Amino acid sequence: MSIALWTVIIVPFVSAFVLLVIGAYMPKKAAGAIGCVSVGISWVAAMFVASDFLREMPPDGFRTTLYTWMDVGGLNPGIAVRLDALSLVMISVITFVGFLIHIYASQSMYDEDGYSRFFGYMNLFVGSMLTLVLADNLLLLYLGWEGVGLCSYLLIGFWYKDATNGRAAQKAFIVTRVGDTALAIALFWLFVSFGTLDIKTILSAAPAKLVAGSAAATLLACLIIGGAVGKSAQIPLQTWLPDAMAGPTPVSALIHAATMVTAGVYLIARLHTLFTLAPPAMFAVAVIGTLTLFYSGFSALVQRDIKRVLAYSTISQIGYMFLALGVGAWTAAIFHFFTHAFFKALLFLSAGVAIDAQHHEHDIFKMGGLKRALPIAYWTFLIGAASLSALPLVTAGFYSKDSIIWGAYSSPLGAPWLWVLALISTFITAVYSFRVVYLVFHGEQKMEVSKHPGVLMNLVLVVLAFFSITAGFIGMPESIFKFDPLVRFLKTAFNTIPAYQNHANHAAEVMLLTISSALGLLGIFTAFSYYRHNRFAWIVDRSPFAKAIHSFFFSGWGFDWLYDLLFVRPYKTFAYWNRSDAIDNVFTGLASLARIGNSIFSSLQTGRIRNYAASLILGAAIFTTIVILRTKL
Amino acid sequence: MINHAMMFAGLLFVIGAVGIMIRRNLLFMLISVELMLNAAGLAIAVGGSKWSQPDGQVFLIMIFVAAATGVAVGISLLLANYHERKNVDADELSLMREREPIEQ
Repeated sequence: MSIALWTVIIVPFVSAFVLLVIGAYMPKKAAGAIGCVSVGISWVAAMFVASDFLREMPPDGFRTTLYTWMDVGGLNPGIAVRLDALSLVMISVITFVGFLIHIYASQSMYDEDGYSRFFGYMNLFVGSMLTLVLADNLLLLYLGWEGVGLCSYLLIGFWYKDATNGRAAQKAFIVTRVGDTALAIALFWLFVSFGTLDIKTILSAAPAKLVAGSAAATLLACLIIGGAVGKSAQIPLQTWLPDAMAGPTPVSALIHAATMVTAGVYLIARLHTLFTLAPPAMFAVAVIGTLTLFYSGFSALVQRDIKRVLAYSTISQIGYMFLALGVGAWTAAIFHFFTHAFFKALLFLSAGVAIDAQHHEHDIFKMGGLKRALPIAYWTFLIGAASLSALPLVTAGFYSKDSIIWGAYSSPLGAPWLWVLALISTFITAVYSFRVVYLVFHGEQKMEVSKHPGVLMNLVLVVLAFFSITAGFIGMPESIFKFDPLVRFLKTAFNTIPAYQNHANHAAEVMLLTISSALGLLGIFTAFSYYRHNRFAWIVDRSPFAKAIHSFFFSGWGFDWLYDLLFVRPYKTFAYWNRSDAIDNVFTGLASLARIGNSIFSSLQTGRIRNYAASLILGAAIFTTIVILRTKL
Repeated sequence: MINHAMMFAGLLFVIGAVGIMIRRNLLFMLISVELMLNAAGLAIAVGGSKWSQPDGQVFLIMIFVAAATGVAVGISLLLANYHERKNVDADELSLMREREPIEQ
C-alpha cells in the first residue's frame, strides 16, 4: 500500500520532469502519451490504494514516510503522507478527473505549439495537487499549495505571446499570494504554539492548547481562511478566477474548476478542528460562502464569455462548499466537491468543444444552434448544466447541493438567511446554466462548424456525463432513500461538532428538497422562455436602470474597479514616484561623493613642476610651523 | 653669531624656494635648488661649529657632493630638453597633467 501510495504522487512528477526537460525533442504523440499515461498510472495506483484502504479501514488513517525533509530546531517535517477518508476521496477525484482531462487535452491541444510543455505543466500540477491533499504536515501541504499556484500561473499564461494572458496569469498569481501570505503566517503561528507542523498532532492538541472561542483561536482560523479564500476564489479574493479563463480550456476544467480551486475547501476541512474552536471564524466561512455564491450567481447571469459564465459558476459552487464548511456540514462540502468536479469539468470540456467548433469564439451571443452539429457536446453540456442546476432526482448536483442546504438549515451554526440565499441561488444557477445551453446550442446556427471533436474527446465527455448523473447516488438524503456510503465513509475523517446532529426531521428535509427542486425547474423554465426571444436583452436595452445593473453585474460587482482604485493604482503611483529607488540614493550618493572628490583632487594634477614645488614647500612650511609651535608649548 | 648665521641660512633657503616657485626658466630653477642646498649646508656647518662637532663639516662636504651630482644630472637633462624643444621653459613640460590627451 505504501508503494502504491508513493506511486500515485511520484509518477506525475517524474513525467513532468521528463516532459519539461526533453519533451521539446520528442514527437508530439510520445509527449501526449507520456502525459496521459503517467496520470493514468497514478489513477490506477490510487484505485489500488483505495481498495486496500477500504478493506483495512485503519481508524487513524494510513501514514508513510519517505524521508525526513529537514530536522532543525525542533522543526522536523517529513516527506510523509497520510491517507484518510478525506484525502482518499480527494486523490480519487484528482487522478480520475485529471486522467480524463489529460486524454481530452491530448486531442484538443494537438495543434498547439508547446504541446509537451503543456503536458509537463499539467503533470506537475497533478503531482503538486496530490502532494497538497496527501501531505502529513502543513509544510509539505504548503509546498503542494504553492506548487499548484505556480502551475496555475504557468498554464493561465500558456499562450504567453498574447500580453493579456500574461497579465491574467500575473493577476491570478498575485491575488492568491495575498491569501498565501496569511496562510504562511498561520503556519508560523501554529509552529510557535504547537512546536510541530504535523497535522494530526496539531488537531489532537488543539482543544487543549487553544481556548474555544478565544481571540487567538479566531485569529488563527481567520488567517487560514485568508489562504483558503485566495485559493478558492471567494470574496474578497475572487477577482482572479474569471480572468484565469485566458488559459486553455482543459486547464480551466482541471485547475480552475475541478481541483485546485477546491484546495481552500480541503484546507478548511482538513483543519476543521481548529475551526470548531473558533465559532466566529466558522460563521465567517459560512457568510463568505453565502455572499460569494449569491454574488457570483448574478455575475454569471450577465456574462457574454461562455468560459466566464462557467468561472463565475465555479466561484458560486465553491461558495456552496464554504457555506457547508461554515455550518459544520463537512461531509456535505466534500460531497459537493466530489460531484462538482465531474459536472464542472464536463461543462468546461463540452464548452471547449463548442468554442473550437466556432473559430474560438467565446461570446455566447455570437454562437448558436450547435445542437445538431455537435450532438454529443450538446447532450453532455445539457447533462452538466442540469447537474449544476440541481435538476431533481436524476442528477448528482441535486443530492450534493441539497445536502448543503439541509446542513445550513439543520445546523445550529446555520442561520435562516444563509439557507434562504442558498435556495435563491439555486434558481439563479439554473437560469444562467440554461441561458448558456439555449444561446449556444439552440436557436439558429450563426457560424459554420469549423472543427469537430475527436473520438477521445467525445469519449471523455460521455464518461464525465455518466458520472455527473450517477456520482450523487452514493450520497442520497435519508428522507428519499437511505443509501449514503460516501457520506458515512467521509465521516470517519471528521470530528462531528458536538451541537451538530442531523436530526431526522424528514418532513423539513422533504420540504427543502421540494422547494429547491421547484426553484431549479423554475429557473430552467425562465431561462428558456426569456432567451427564446432574447427578452432579457430587450429589457436591458429599454431601461437605463436595468442597463446600469447589467453592467454592474457584468463587471463582477465592480470588485476589479475597487481593487484597481484601492491597491493597484496607489501602488503603481508609488512605484512610479519611487522609480529611481529611494534607498538606492544612499549608494549612488556614496559613488557621486567619490566622483566629486576625484574631480577636486585630479584638478591639482596640473603637470607643472612649479605648482608641485609650491605645494611641497607649503606643506613643509605648515609642518615646520606646527613642530615649532609644539616645541614652544 | 649663530642667530645671524641661521637667519642668513633661512633667507637663502627662502630665496631658493621662492625662485623655484616663480621662475619658469629651468636653469634658474636648478640654481634655486642649489641655493636651498647651500642654505641647508650652511645651517649644518654653523651648528657643527656652535657645538664644536666635526660632523657638521662632514655633512657639508656630503651635501656639496650630492648637489654637484644633482647639478650634473639636472644640466644634462636640461640640455637634452633644450635640444628637443629649443626652450628651457618649465611650464611647457606639463605632459603629465590631468585630463588632456597626450599628443603622439
